[in-house]
Amino acid sequence: MSDTILSVRDLTKKFGAFTAVDRISFDVARGEIFGFLGANGAGKTTAMRMLCGLSYPTSGSGTVAGFDIMRQGERIKRHIGYMSQRFSLYDDLTVRENIRLYGGIYGLTRREIARRTVELLDRLDFRSEIDTLVGSLPLGWKQKLAFLVATLHRPEIVFLDEPTGGVDPLTRRQFWELIYESAAGGTTVFVTTHYMDEAEYCSRVSIMVDGRIRALGAPADLKKEFAAASMDEVFRLLAREAKRTE
Amino acid sequence: MGEFLSFVRKETLHILRDSRTMLVVLLAPVIQLLLFGFAISTEVNNVRVAVVAPHRSESVRQAVERVAANPYFTFEGYISQQEIDRTLRAGRADAVAVFAADFDRKVDALSRGESSEAILQLIFDASNTTLATAGSTYLQSIILGDLQGSMPMPDTRLLYNPQMKSAYNFVPGIMGLIFILICAMMTSVSIVREKETGTMEVLLVSPVRPIRIIFAKMVPYFTLSCLNLLTILLLARYVLDVPLAGNVVALVALSLLYLILSLALGLFFSTITNKQSTALLISAMLLMMPVIMFSGMIFPIENLPVVLRAISCVVPTRWYIEAVRKLMIEGLPFVSVIRETAILAAMTVALIGVALRKFNDKLE
Repeated sequence: MSDTILSVRDLTKKFGAFTAVDRISFDVARGEIFGFLGANGAGKTTAMRMLCGLSYPTSGSGTVAGFDIMRQGERIKRHIGYMSQRFSLYDDLTVRENIRLYGGIYGLTRREIARRTVELLDRLDFRSEIDTLVGSLPLGWKQKLAFLVATLHRPEIVFLDEPTGGVDPLTRRQFWELIYESAAGGTTVFVTTHYMDEAEYCSRVSIMVDGRIRALGAPADLKKEFAAASMDEVFRLLAREAKRTE
Repeated sequence: MGEFLSFVRKETLHILRDSRTMLVVLLAPVIQLLLFGFAISTEVNNVRVAVVAPHRSESVRQAVERVAANPYFTFEGYISQQEIDRTLRAGRADAVAVFAADFDRKVDALSRGESSEAILQLIFDASNTTLATAGSTYLQSIILGDLQGSMPMPDTRLLYNPQMKSAYNFVPGIMGLIFILICAMMTSVSIVREKETGTMEVLLVSPVRPIRIIFAKMVPYFTLSCLNLLTILLLARYVLDVPLAGNVVALVALSLLYLILSLALGLFFSTITNKQSTALLISAMLLMMPVIMFSGMIFPIENLPVVLRAISCVVPTRWYIEAVRKLMIEGLPFVSVIRETAILAAMTVALIGVALRKFNDKLE
């Protein structure tokens, strides 16, 4: 087992004449919480889609969980978890049914699903809601549930695309506690976010501007490098350079 | 297989949870069938007939008896020659049958070929054209009865649907319309809904093959449509008295093929749009109109202008309805619908091919 879970070199995605992602290269270490930042339209969602096998790179190379992103997309899918920016559970199914569905998708046995369901709900202190329709849960609860469902099959790395959009600071805080717990358990977390306070929680962050990675490092190092008091300031310094508008 | 079943269960739950939609899907065919079968009908019912008969001979009375006994006509009594106009104007009768003064003698002369004088005059209130055209033919055949055969006039017989019941015409049409609407609309909307809510993305990141996601979606809708097929056939047979004259197995097999075709059509629609509302519009507008206009459901295809007739060839419903009419109403064997079946099968294969290709392209 190598210490690098994800590694890309010169990864590029073009849509016609438009280069959405322009030769990005970086590594993510196992167990890291890697923040993938960038303004809207900077290309972070496109980059993330390539890493998850949802989109095919135009050029470049890379591996995720030890598999080649150009050739072994299907293998990669077994080893990653994904939580989209938009809500990823089914509102008209109950908590239990949602968990069972995702467990089934990843080939877990019935017994395993039942065991992990209890475990998961205990972790959220949620057991009483097992037969509640997901649609009737508050947004913050749904997001926490979605995160744990995305990691139900114990992926080596989980991709979170703006997981905390639209919830209050307290719930975001609780959500990050879950992320920390997972990372402590050995799951690598790859997260995109708009909130710069969240960037501070990451082990390392990269900041994309106009399809390229402009800064990469631990939040403390970046702040030193750009002589800024906060990540927010670093981000704003870099975002000012952007020529692209959404 | 396990993952496939998890998906089928999920799709089934989606449908069961949405009880209102399910109710609509299950009741729509019943309501349409009953509406078209009973309320909106082009057949002739309760035609009120008054009779003018200067000599009420035995054969005249027998003819009138036959009219009175017929469920489609009501005998309104004898009137005089002078009352005809008044009776029709006042709306006391829809038709007047005028027997010749010496009916019996003239019939004799006719049958011996010695004369060609008219023996019967039918006067209809043609403000209702359907009633007048359909009713006059039928009334004539009833009054003349056996005489018709021995006379030098065309002996018209309406095969398969002697009473011109409109249900015979509408039931195959409704089957064609309902299946394509439900299957295509429901599948396209349910696939597009997942795109819209973002769950499709999560599924695509998972190791499940997209084709399985799609097939798992089709299974419950297919089941639901089979249920509809059963309801329609039972209603048609036992409530609307439409004969299931031909090979029922062939009819069901053909319908299943048509269901698969409709599902493939829904899949195809889902690949060309990302919005539920668009999917709904496409399937409702793009399907409803051509299906109603060009399938022969309402307007006979033979009456269409050449260009429209050509268009009708690509409307799958046209072929389905034609085949169902042959199998159900005319009672022809399966061999007679081989052409229609082949066309539908080819369309199904082509649609599935194109839809899957487009669906896979989308992932890039």
